[in-house]
Order: sequence, then C-alpha cells, then structure tokens
Amino acid sequence: MKIEILGTGCSKCKALEEATKQAVAQSGKFAQIEKVEDIMKIMEYGVMSTPGLVIDGKVVSTGKLLTINEIKELIQAH
Amino acid sequence: MWQESVNVLIYEWLKMPHGEKLSDALNFFIYDTVKILFLLTAIIFAITLLRSYFSTEKVRVYLSKKHEFTGNVLAALFGIITPFCSCSAIPLFLGFLQARIPLGVTFSYLISAPLNNEIAIAMLLTMFGWKVAALYIGFGLLVAIVGGIVIGRMELEKEVLIEVKPINGEITVDEQKIAFSVRLKDAKEYTQDILYKTWIYVLAGVGVGAFIHGYVPTEFIVRVAGADNIFAVPLATLLGVPMYSNAAGVMPLIEVLTSKGMLMGTALSFMMAITALSLPEAMILKRIMSLKLIAIFFGTVTLGIIGVGYLFNAIL
Repeated sequence: MKIEILGTGCSKCKALEEATKQAVAQSGKFAQIEKVEDIMKIMEYGVMSTPGLVIDGKVVSTGKLLTINEIKELIQAH
Repeated sequence: MWQESVNVLIYEWLKMPHGEKLSDALNFFIYDTVKILFLLTAIIFAITLLRSYFSTEKVRVYLSKKHEFTGNVLAALFGIITPFCSCSAIPLFLGFLQARIPLGVTFSYLISAPLNNEIAIAMLLTMFGWKVAALYIGFGLLVAIVGGIVIGRMELEKEVLIEVKPINGEITVDEQKIAFSVRLKDAKEYTQDILYKTWIYVLAGVGVGAFIHGYVPTEFIVRVAGADNIFAVPLATLLGVPMYSNAAGVMPLIEVLTSKGMLMGTALSFMMAITALSLPEAMILKRIMSLKLIAIFFGTVTLGIIGVGYLFNAIL
C-alpha cells in the first residue's frame, strides 16, 4: 500500500503526515508513506485544497486534517 | 439583558463607582468580549456547516463551462460560500487555470474568497449588524468582479511562472457522501480551532477599543478619520493592506472608531484592505506569479477598495 500526503508545507499538512504515520503504525499494515510537496504533482491529482490524502493513487480526502481514527478507517476501507 | 448583568457585576458586586473612566472601560470590555465570543462561535459554526456542502472542486467544474463576464460574477459569488485558506491559494489558482478558467475569472475568485472569510463576516454581523455586513459583502463582490475583469483584459497569462497543462476532456468530481453527523462534528472542530486561534485577538482588540472608548477624545478621531480628512479612505486602505487577516482583533477597534466619528466608508475600506490583501499571501503567490502580476493584482484591488470607500462615504 502506498499513502501519499499532498501539501505545500502548511502546518495542517505536516500534522496530517504525522497523524498518518501513527495511523499506519496502529493499523498494523505495511504502507509506504510519502509526502508530496511538488505543486505540479499535487495538481495532477486534481486537488485544490490541501492537505490531501491519497491511497494507492486514489484521492480519499482533501482540505481536511483527519484524525488518526479517520485515517485508520480509510486504510481499512481501502 | 446581558448589559444589565454586567452592570450588576461591575457596580454592585465589585462596588466600582458609576461614571468613572476605569469602571466604564471595564464594563465595556467584559460586555463586549463575552458578547463577541458567543456570537462569533455561533456564526462561524453556522457558516462552516453551510460551506461543507460546497467544495472548490465542484465550483471549478461549474466555472470551467462559463464565459468571461458571467464567469467573473459567479466566481465572486462562489468566493463567499466556499471554504478558503490562503495556504491553498497556489493549488487553487493553478487548478482553475488547469480547467481552462480564464485568468480574470480566477482572480475574481481569488479576490472574493479571502474578503468573505468566515471570521470577517462573523465579526461584522456581531459588531455592526446585518446591514453593514451586507454592504461589505456587496461592495466586496463589486471589487472582485471589476478587479477580475480588469486583470483579465490586460492579457497577463505569460506572467504566471508555472506552465499549466490543461486537463483534457471532461473534469469530474467524485461525489463524497458525508453524513450530517460528520459535518456537524467537522464544523464543531473547525469552530473550536478558529476560536482557539482568535480569542486573544478579540480580547486585545476590545481592550484597545475600550481604551480608545474611554480615553481618546472624539474630536481627534473625527479630525483624522472623519469627513474633514479627504485622504482618510486611501490612508485607511494603505494601512490595512500589510495587516494579515486579523479581522478578529481589528473589527472591535473599528466599531469604536466609527462610534466616535470615523466614516463608515473609510471603515469598510480599512476592513476590506485587511482581509483581501496581505503580505504573507503575496509571498506565497510569489512562487507562481511574476512580481509584475502580483503588483497589478494588489494595485487593482487597492484602487478598487479606495473607490468603494469614497463611493460609500459619498452615498451616505
């Protein structure tokens, strides 16, 4: 599984990255986490409100700082 | 009713004397901060909940099918109801261009969205009532529409420093089904977040306001910001531009200033300059726009705001 956090460096983006790391650790799944800061790459996902969360190439959340539990649910649902 | 309770607290429980500057200032301070924070919470919660039904992604699809003039009007209107954060200004700006939305229409949105931020609107409703809030939104729309059209006519597309590849074919948005309970929870968290960030500015603003209320003579304010000073509007606008969206702290000050003789148009210009333009936003946009474009953007909006201030002072 590959999880990407889309963000240009705002404080919410950093917080989402942190929450994602914890969610992955708690879910016990193996996932590669990557922070995407390149604006062109973010644009390719069609995301206009950061932070965005992408799981295996699919945008699952935009413009929101998710809680650890919410991210865990998204990982499980995937 | 609330004023009576504060009176009881100040004059009966604390036994402070009537009509003295200190007790009046304290009375005003307690009355105002509690009232503002209470209403601010309620209004921001309502706006956030309403806005959760509109996303910039959906607006983009809709706007990409509109032409210049209608596009400007709609973009400015959408700026009111969609959530906006200056940290998302770049992806938003590029995303609009990517969908082949004209530059001028994109700017109409980019002017309107921060102008109509939830804190500014909530503070206006709280402190000045719905009439002034409506005037602020109406004149803000005017600046956003006209500003966008003017910028659009200047053919500045090459001043965007990043090459935007247009999306081919139809742009679609995956409709996310969000339960009402989740929307409520999100709105509650967002409101808490905003209050946590702004309460100190409200306190500071009302504190300084209380000081002006009690100690600065009215004649002074009338002389500087009243009808006698024809340069009050541009002065207020230029003062407001570098201030960064501290609507929460500035509105209480403006309320006191207007009650002491500052003209409402001057006050409106000041508020708009604070919310619409900020130096941090310019720094963010610098990454994708040439200095020339940023200067034209800020210049156009500044002139628009000054115009609105004079217009309003002339009408009333």
